[in-house]
Amino acid sequence: MERKKLVIGHLFPDLLNMYSDGGNIITLKNRLLWRDFEVEIREFEKDDVIDFSVLDFVFLGGGSDREQLLACENLKKQQLALKEYIESDGVLLAVCGGYPLLGRSCPLMEEMHEGLSLMDIHTEAGEERVIGNVVISTDITGEEMPVVGFENHSGKTYIGACRPFGRVRYGHGNNSEDGTCGAVYKNVVGTYLHGPLLPKNPRLADELLARALRRKYGEDLSLSPLHDAAEEAAQDYIIKRFLQD
Amino acid sequence: MKIRLILAVWACKLGVFASRLLGKKGTSMPGQLAFKICPQVLSLLSRQVKKDIIVVCGTNGKTTTNNLLAAFLRSRGHRVVCNSLGANMLWGVCCAFAESCGLTGRLRADYACLEVDEASCLKVFRHLKPTTMVVTNLFQDQLDRYGEVNLTADLLRRALELSPDTRLLLNGDDPLVAQFGEKTDRTCYYVGVDEAVSDSGEKSGDSQFCVFCGEKLQYDYRHYSQLGSFRCPGCGFARRTLDFRVHNVDTSAGLRFCVEHQGAVTDFAVDYRGFYNIYNIVLSYGAAVLSCGEVPAYQAVLSGYRPQIGRMESFDIGKPVILNLAKNPAGFNQAIATVADDPREKDLLLAVNDHESDGMDISWLWDVDFEGLRSAGVRKLVITGIRADDLALRLKHAGYPEAEQVKCYDLRQAAEALTSGDGAVCYALVNYTVVFKMQTILKELEGEKKHGA
Repeated sequence: MERKKLVIGHLFPDLLNMYSDGGNIITLKNRLLWRDFEVEIREFEKDDVIDFSVLDFVFLGGGSDREQLLACENLKKQQLALKEYIESDGVLLAVCGGYPLLGRSCPLMEEMHEGLSLMDIHTEAGEERVIGNVVISTDITGEEMPVVGFENHSGKTYIGACRPFGRVRYGHGNNSEDGTCGAVYKNVVGTYLHGPLLPKNPRLADELLARALRRKYGEDLSLSPLHDAAEEAAQDYIIKRFLQD
Repeated sequence: MKIRLILAVWACKLGVFASRLLGKKGTSMPGQLAFKICPQVLSLLSRQVKKDIIVVCGTNGKTTTNNLLAAFLRSRGHRVVCNSLGANMLWGVCCAFAESCGLTGRLRADYACLEVDEASCLKVFRHLKPTTMVVTNLFQDQLDRYGEVNLTADLLRRALELSPDTRLLLNGDDPLVAQFGEKTDRTCYYVGVDEAVSDSGEKSGDSQFCVFCGEKLQYDYRHYSQLGSFRCPGCGFARRTLDFRVHNVDTSAGLRFCVEHQGAVTDFAVDYRGFYNIYNIVLSYGAAVLSCGEVPAYQAVLSGYRPQIGRMESFDIGKPVILNLAKNPAGFNQAIATVADDPREKDLLLAVNDHESDGMDISWLWDVDFEGLRSAGVRKLVITGIRADDLALRLKHAGYPEAEQVKCYDLRQAAEALTSGDGAVCYALVNYTVVFKMQTILKELEGEKKHGA
């Protein structure tokens, strides 16, 4: 029997890898390989035309403003193809500066720019940069679970007709005001939690992988459980340190 | 004015003395106090330096480069002000001057060798104008503190604008550093390694794009990270002709290489490892040449130089145990390459803390090429530090299942686990706030071994 396979598109790793976003790709890849799936990582550069129809998972990281602007300009040229991917339930994870790009507007290089308008969020320039560890609670898998990460952003994002990814229990999240963190639309998840988000949040990684497999193979594949003691220890450490004092 | 200066100097001296009594190395409180008493304290003191003021900055290698230079100048009989313990912000620089001068506020110094934190250059240059500024490299480091590396470069550029007569001695292999020599009338000298040594194939986390036009840089060869023989296909920005040209590099046992300057070739050899140390040595040599003209017997200075705390510092605990600071991806990757280069079987300790001075964001662990350890001949892997759990998870993804790791939250236990392994040599790669604690522990273990405990 042929092994099941996912194709993961890593958008512009040479532009957007400010906070070691590659940790997410390593995690997705290993969690598939450890379960004996096949996986292919395709990295795209800033002038590439991307065939979204062959991708099962799209990852967008964060960079400096200048680099995010280049990424945004490229994606605008293929906005329709990306939109089609998302509307057909394609899985997309955007972290850090990649997240506000998905919305209607975002500030870059001290100017407001039109975003990709793929989800109903908009971002304003904040006065203060918020930096630190974050703990949120999300029900993306159908039951409440914690997700931990680190944020470092000055943009304030407000969500319209889409759901927040989670509620902030420690840290700032979307805008330091409404207690929301990130946004979810169909199979798109965006969040300011930057860099290696998935390593310490294996259930989130598995949820996104399961959705990608379901979309590709049409059946409800349950992912076999892995030995996640190291993952849980790293997550628990953050929860205990920041929630219980 | 004179009275204020004297009081400021006394305050500084007393403060440093008092904090030493308490077993600390604090310079921040006394430095601040001195500035409160006499805002011109630093400019009044630095003005008394008879010859040159040399400032060393850059992400990695500041302390080694600066201390080597100071050791050389002292070996020639000069009096040198030097912040040798690495207190490299405004207050630390001020204290270094105050400590070197008499109780009357008179400084008797021929040279000042100062390492200055990149983010502090702007503040320091308001008070003193260096004769020479040495820039070692610019890497991504502590993003929660410095922001992205381009912001650091901007800070340095603004600092340099305050001091137009300062000549530059630059790492010509680093495009982020070499940019300071472009579009300026300033006198600039370049240091670089003019041959392909070993392309580790590691990807650069930073600066893959031209700082002037945004095109992707091309390389004839790359030493590590963004360092190498680069050129921009867009605007022609490229590595300049090297004034101090390193060649014939041999890293098989310690470091051996030749440096060519104005047609004359000098041989160098040291018994410690680490390719990056070549830059530290040649930058310090270059600064010595710029200040003193001829520099005979620099090798003698190198041979007599003891690396400071945790820079390939060696302990004898029944076998050599080597402690090395690794605080960002570029530093860690170089340390891992150094471990891999050592042909002996070895045991390895890795430690990461996340105190403010370490950087609270340890995302960068995922940019370190820990995958490269699998082929480095490591027998036992010990994981420790405040963020041992994160490190253990990172290593799991790099091909070290939990069963092959020894995780200890206690540093002393971790050090004991390391030195009780079977390897012929031990390495401990640790970040900033671990390095001092680990040095103390390894010294204790060394003493216990010696006295047969």
